[in-house]
Amino acid sequence: MTLYDLLIAPFAELVFMRKALVGTVALSVSSCPIGVFMILRRMSLAGDAMSHAILPGVAGAFLMFGLSILPMTIGGLVAGLAVALLAGLVSRNTIQREDSSLAAFYLISLACGVALISARGSSVDLVHILFGTVLALNNQSLVLITGVSSLTLIVLAGVWRALIAECLDPLFLRSVSNFGPVVHFTFLALVVLNLVAGFNALGTLLSVGLMILPAATARFWTVRVETMCLLASLIGVVSGYVGLVLSYHFNIASSPAIILTTGVVYIASLLFSRRDFPSHVERKFS
Amino acid sequence: MAAFALDNLALGYAGHIAVSQLNGTFASGSLTAIVGPNGSGKSTVLKGLAGLLKPISGHIACHDIELHDIAYLPQVGEVDVSFPVTVFDLVSMGMWKKRGLFKPHTAADHDQVLNALVQVGLKDFGASQIASLSGGQLQRALFARLILQDAQAILLDEPFTAIDENTSEGLMALITEWHKQGRTILAVLHDFNFVRRHFPRTLLLAKQPVAWGATADVLSTDNLMEVQRLLEARKSSA
Repeated sequence: MTLYDLLIAPFAELVFMRKALVGTVALSVSSCPIGVFMILRRMSLAGDAMSHAILPGVAGAFLMFGLSILPMTIGGLVAGLAVALLAGLVSRNTIQREDSSLAAFYLISLACGVALISARGSSVDLVHILFGTVLALNNQSLVLITGVSSLTLIVLAGVWRALIAECLDPLFLRSVSNFGPVVHFTFLALVVLNLVAGFNALGTLLSVGLMILPAATARFWTVRVETMCLLASLIGVVSGYVGLVLSYHFNIASSPAIILTTGVVYIASLLFSRRDFPSHVERKFS
Repeated sequence: MAAFALDNLALGYAGHIAVSQLNGTFASGSLTAIVGPNGSGKSTVLKGLAGLLKPISGHIACHDIELHDIAYLPQVGEVDVSFPVTVFDLVSMGMWKKRGLFKPHTAADHDQVLNALVQVGLKDFGASQIASLSGGQLQRALFARLILQDAQAILLDEPFTAIDENTSEGLMALITEWHKQGRTILAVLHDFNFVRRHFPRTLLLAKQPVAWGATADVLSTDNLMEVQRLLEARKSSA
């Protein structure tokens, strides 16, 4: 087997592999930087919760309109934003903290989704929605993913300064501008948007992996947020490619192959990144 | 002239009143310490003045000050020091009033940031991560940010908590300088002797104002005993 056969032939010869590659690359470019902000805001697990929260919207649209990309996207978006808003509202107005209210609403939402699918669909549908269909991306989904990706990058560039301020020192931001709540909500909307775009390529479960794992990996190598975002995207893109190649040659499902590749990069970084512990950690234990 | 006039003001969180019956004014150009026991509403008053909390009742009039001309220094714990930014980037946030969300920082801005770092004694720390700073150094950096904010009114929430005496004195010199420039300054503080030395005026709180005026009059034994009495009355009624 030549190197060409190994690395290039799958994409040169098969249209569905090419489309899968374009989809994962486009998704990595936007959802990995989003993931960087998720981990820096200690929201890594909230990403997982949000990915479950979009399920009933996707499932409901799926049952009404079939496997049609636009309704499923809008459904997922509505469900995701509703859960994020309700969780925010409850945590601001009651004694509940954001994590517990988010957990409550996403579990309700997830249960609704599973109930919807089991009432009307077969378990094949559920697997399809949960584990994605990166090898069955059609042109419509590619347009959606690249559109979401472009929009995310534009919005991210626009709110960049405010987003950094909001993570670093939210009270300062609120004291100099009325932009704080807007930034927070814009960011949540981007998270949901990327998860919804990702469910199509990777499934609701694994889209979070592409968001969080490359970002967490990049955190090992750099302390600059800009570099971290670029590095995370790069890791996402390369893992997407390697994962697809592995899935092709070893006949394993493509989505887990991609996420497992990011997982290998994460563990390798954990072991080999030579960065010392940040000094605030040292200070705490000294 | 009054910088802030409080009219029967009550402030709190989620409908729960933290401090009430606030009537009076912080004169333009005044330097006031806000003191009182824990939970007496000191920080709440600052947040109200900074526009971070809406009054539950009553209102605040800011006569000759626009909201964006108020600089607010949160308690140290409010800043996420694990977030990866350099000291330079943290300090340059003080350019917000001039540059806002989008406008790029100019070379002159860059010089101003360096200048502010020099003034607080962090000349060589621009490229350091904020996670590597000590508590005192972080507070200096936040003061550098205040310098850049160039605000008419400056609200400081426990600026000297958990920092060494040298740093406190250095930062106090900055505050005194701001006072001379005619800015209105309020600071939440704990150390009564420090307040007596440096602050002409004091507001003593215990969920409501106990005394408000010249520091020597406010920090009298009678007033401090009154605070004690109020605290005990609240404990026994709770």
